Amino acid sequence: MRVLGISGSLRRDSYNTSLLRHAGDLFEAEGAEFEIYHGLRDIPPYDEDYDTEDAPEAVSRIRAAVRDADAVFFVTPEYNSSIPGALKNTLDWLSRPFATNPLRYKPVAVIGVSSGMFGAVWAQADLRKVLGAIGARVTEGEVAVGNAGERFDENGRLTEPNLEQEVHEVIAALLAEAQSAQTSQPAANAATS
Amino acid sequence: MSTVDTQVLPTGTWQVDKVHSSIGFAVDYMAGTFHGTFSDFDAIVADGVLNGSAKVASVQVKDENLATHLQSPDFFDAQAHPELTFTSNAINRDCDHVTIDGEITIKGHTETAEITGEISDPIADPYGGERFGLTLQTVVDRDKFGVSWNNPLPSGEPALSNEVTITAELQLSKQA
Repeated sequence: MRVLGISGSLRRDSYNTSLLRHAGDLFEAEGAEFEIYHGLRDIPPYDEDYDTEDAPEAVSRIRAAVRDADAVFFVTPEYNSSIPGALKNTLDWLSRPFATNPLRYKPVAVIGVSSGMFGAVWAQADLRKVLGAIGARVTEGEVAVGNAGERFDENGRLTEPNLEQEVHEVIAALLAEAQSAQTSQPAANAATS
Repeated sequence: MSTVDTQVLPTGTWQVDKVHSSIGFAVDYMAGTFHGTFSDFDAIVADGVLNGSAKVASVQVKDENLATHLQSPDFFDAQAHPELTFTSNAINRDCDHVTIDGEITIKGHTETAEITGEISDPIADPYGGERFGLTLQTVVDRDKFGVSWNNPLPSGEPALSNEVTITAELQLSKQA
């Protein structure tokens, strides 16, 4: 089982990326391969004029990474009550061509971190909505890590076991969904034939 | 005074004529009613039992992106649940009217449903065969089947109704 992790924050010392790394350890403890995608910064603004067979290299790279993954795990901050622009822009590239996009039927899960008290719940809701519209298989479950400055130790690990347990539950749900999707692959072929 | 016909459906096996039949749905959306159809479906009446199915991947609407969205997990989830199905448990006929109790399965959820409609008696068709007609409809609560996507209007009210009318206009041809 290959899981791709995507952080919506580009910042070097991002709490969201710290949480993604922590989640990666939990995925690996469950026997999954986990890889964090680095490179959202390299993806140009979506422009249909450039969305051709010869798409920008950074776009081709993330499309291939998502296509090759069995599941995608997102951790997002909240900017102005919604999804960060770089992450939304990445999803806009990933959503095309719509009928065959690499996120279609892809099991995905979303959690989030914010320095404020609400834990990016609006961004998470918007991200789930966008992923659903793109055609992803959005796993139920939410983890809202608020007051981020108080939630991580010096190594970027969550300090509260109950939060880690919540993350673990979302991870377990995502892996179960990905396993189920793998076993229903013959149905997928029938549906698109 | 009406009477209940004990021979509710013609005997034998009758297969749907897909060219001259249709299966569709209608649902209130914003200020009107939105319609769609399924181009790939099947229906058979055998030994007084009606069985029908429709392929989710064959959904027909007027926008390619919407058709793709309808196949996604937000709606029918064609990958995991490629077909909608119906099986009748009991069919009651009163002259031209029929009431069918059965089970509809959508997105892997099965619910009981009462279907009402009209039935015509068999006629000889121009191709040397025999056929009869069924015009059926039922209303389902899509939320019960896990088809729960919505989009709020500025008023806060949902744009898409949970009540969906499913219709079937079937011509069934007698099999040898």
